[in-house]
Amino acid sequence: MLRLVGGRLLWSVPLLVVLSALTFLLAWLTPGDAARVVLGTDTDPAAYARVRSQLGLDRSLPEQYGTWLAGAVRGDLGRSLFTGESVAAVVDSRLAVSLSLLLLSALVIAVVGVAVGLVGALRGGVVGRALDGLSVVAMSVPTPWLGLVLVVVFAVNLAWFPVTGYVPAAQSPGGWALSLALPVVCLAAGGIAVIAKQVRGAVVEVLGRAYVRALRANGLPARRIICRHVAKNAALPVVTVFGVVLIGLLGGSIVVEQLFALPGLGQLTVTAAAQHDLPVLQGVVLCFTVLVVVVNLLVDLVTGWLSPRAVTR
Amino acid sequence: MNAWRAVAGRPLGAICLAWLGLVVLACAGADLIAPHHPQEQDLSSVYSGPTWAHWLGTDQLGRDILSRVLHGGRVSLLVVGQALAAYLVLGCAAGVLAGYRRGLLDRVVLRLGDLALSMPAVVILLVVLAIFPHDESAAMITLGALSAAGLARVVRASTVAVREEPFVAAARVAGLSTFRILGRHVLPSVIGPVISLVALVAGSALLVEASLGFLGLGVQPPEPSWGGLIAEASQAIYRQPWLLVPSGGVVALTAVACAVLGDVLRDATDDRTSREPLSWRRMRTQVTRRPGEPPDEAAVLSVRGLSVRLADGTALVDDVAFDVHPGTALGLVGESGCGKTMTVSAVLRLLPPGAVVEAAEVRFAGQDLLSLDERGMSRVRGGGIGYIAQDPVASLDPLFTVGDQLTEAVRHHNRGATRAEVRRRVVDLLEAVHLPDPPGVMAEYPHQLSGGMAQRVAIARALAGEPRVLIADEPTTALDVTVQAEILDLLRELRDRTGMALILVTHDWGVVADTCDTAVVMYAGQVVEQTSVQRVFEAPRHPYTEALLAADPNAAVPGTRLPVLPGSVPAPGHWPDGCRFAPRCAFATAECAGPVAMTAEPMRGSYRCVHPRHGTTTGARR
Repeated sequence: MLRLVGGRLLWSVPLLVVLSALTFLLAWLTPGDAARVVLGTDTDPAAYARVRSQLGLDRSLPEQYGTWLAGAVRGDLGRSLFTGESVAAVVDSRLAVSLSLLLLSALVIAVVGVAVGLVGALRGGVVGRALDGLSVVAMSVPTPWLGLVLVVVFAVNLAWFPVTGYVPAAQSPGGWALSLALPVVCLAAGGIAVIAKQVRGAVVEVLGRAYVRALRANGLPARRIICRHVAKNAALPVVTVFGVVLIGLLGGSIVVEQLFALPGLGQLTVTAAAQHDLPVLQGVVLCFTVLVVVVNLLVDLVTGWLSPRAVTR
Repeated sequence: MNAWRAVAGRPLGAICLAWLGLVVLACAGADLIAPHHPQEQDLSSVYSGPTWAHWLGTDQLGRDILSRVLHGGRVSLLVVGQALAAYLVLGCAAGVLAGYRRGLLDRVVLRLGDLALSMPAVVILLVVLAIFPHDESAAMITLGALSAAGLARVVRASTVAVREEPFVAAARVAGLSTFRILGRHVLPSVIGPVISLVALVAGSALLVEASLGFLGLGVQPPEPSWGGLIAEASQAIYRQPWLLVPSGGVVALTAVACAVLGDVLRDATDDRTSREPLSWRRMRTQVTRRPGEPPDEAAVLSVRGLSVRLADGTALVDDVAFDVHPGTALGLVGESGCGKTMTVSAVLRLLPPGAVVEAAEVRFAGQDLLSLDERGMSRVRGGGIGYIAQDPVASLDPLFTVGDQLTEAVRHHNRGATRAEVRRRVVDLLEAVHLPDPPGVMAEYPHQLSGGMAQRVAIARALAGEPRVLIADEPTTALDVTVQAEILDLLRELRDRTGMALILVTHDWGVVADTCDTAVVMYAGQVVEQTSVQRVFEAPRHPYTEALLAADPNAAVPGTRLPVLPGSVPAPGHWPDGCRFAPRCAFATAECAGPVAMTAEPMRGSYRCVHPRHGTTTGARR
């Protein structure tokens, strides 16, 4: 188990380095640079040269990257080109919103997705086919559009939830839950469909195995066979896909945060991308990459815990 | 191409294909068929709903939505096409190279693929868009490249598989160029899965494009794109919510079509028929009662008129009857495909999904099993009738230790037993099946056991409920010869000690001779002879029994040719009228074409034949 975790952590180092280096490389490739962005229409060459040296753009690419990396290791991610704020501080202030959204969505996806998939696998027939159809639709609806429909129906017409905005949990737990309800539904819909499909496939696959028949032949009640044996055997492939779904949530959260005006990392990413605020963008990418590493690590841990062969080998 | 024919043959696939074709053509020809110019403003009718002049309504500037959807589709579908091109080129190239060259290159490609798949795609796209502002092509080509890892894996697997084929080696020796080999042999095998993946990726690329457009990072207004139209609709959710319908609808419908098409293609190329998928509910065997003879009250298990049919009506087992008396062993004998396993599975109601049972009587220890529901049957299973399957290792759950699985069975059959009592009983069971070192075995997982050990564990589990009848379905087929004898000894010993009855399903006369008291010979779903074991060897009445005995390798005289039984058992659904053995029978006459009933000889047994044999001793021994 320790080796498993160690291996994954080692493997995550190149992921972090490659992604941040890639961001640097792409920025370096583009015509015009951060100095131009800062100066805007001011084309005075002297000012341009000054800003370039301030930002360290006159140094070589590896040198620039090295400086950034050294700072990142110490927790210094540079400053925003626009507001001059510390990137680390900005990211930190927005992390709670994004994590609330992501964790709640992950929870909803796990619970609802597994439940729907199980119902499909156990009942089959018309119910199973209906759920299959619903899954395809849920996977194929564009996230921003789903969010807008939810807003029109539940926030504008029924007025059950606020249209947009975020209320910190510390301020009002009820308001926090209400403000996140629609965003979570919007973000989770596609993931629920993916997980439900996966759960159904995995459970059906296990139901066909000889040991399930042997357990039935031994008189064990259905509940025990399904909850203990089928669940554990079907869990392995589902956990792997759940990891992929969680990583996909990061992208979806960008859209959802923008749509529901949640002041999280996703919104920050969109702003930074639109303004070419590369230091902020790099900070956010780093933060998202760390989340990906954490997700992959958790998936590995759960997989290792579920399969005895990985341990005994 | 087969894949296309398969898709066109499925209504759902054809509908999706038609929709995609329609959308692509309409958007490509937007200049010709769009009723208005996409920027043409009509301030006299802003935010109109669907009208004759504007089929899909107008936006805040009175621009025609239908025209904007068509022109927007040109942008959106084009960038999706670019993503797909990048996906295909990179995925196929990397997959073929890795699979064909193997070695270091293979490992590098696989590792890079892992890396690409564990990256958050949309976040990377935002980085690309920050650097190439509003360049959707760049973003979508990046998306295609990132997703290509999935395709590369599939192509690589196919390439590796084809590369190992002897005909590819032959082609290489014959001097065919690598390119020709790939085109001739690898391409056809991957084309189906590749198209299926492309359809699925097209759907998700379309959704990503919609998201980018919505975020305002794609094509800039007033130029329309599908994502941009959703963004424009979002500005008007109070004034004109209708705008959401055409903008999101076209994306959703197209994405659904891609997803369904991908699934249909996958099923078509996988040769997966569109039959009902398995479900727990379908695994319950349905039974119906029909009139017939009464059961034998002295038997512990008495079966009358038992038939098994598939969902399409094909009979697998036809009107089988037998009795098992306490403490005796019954051998169910016949070639593979005669319905032996189906017969015992029908008694336990553990048939494959879709198969149904029809029977006059299934009586166990005075209990009418036909009147029980699934819950009632689950009480009989294990506790009343135990079962051991053919493949012992597969019948144990790979994720639980032997101890876990035995403890579970013991606890289930002994409600209220203390932890110590349960453990004591588990150890007793393991000792009863002669497994050395019970605590050590209990800690093992099934894959760590040998076949013989696994079968002993399976027997121990079947004994946990102290069944009065134990059904062993070819319990020794999967085992070594030496282990076979040990398992049979064990079953005999357990029968003698516990007084339980045994049903042994087998095609091995040696097993019957060593272990059984009665023999029931089955052929093509029917019982053809039923008699004592002694009589079956000394004076078989049915020609099939005789022929089967003659072909028994155990009885062969060394140095002589072993007689073989010519032909094979007819498959269910192809059984001849009249005597089913007639086509293979050396004694068949015209009379055999008519229906043949069982003939009972008092105190001797019964057979199903119009010219029974008169006690030749072909197979007699022991």
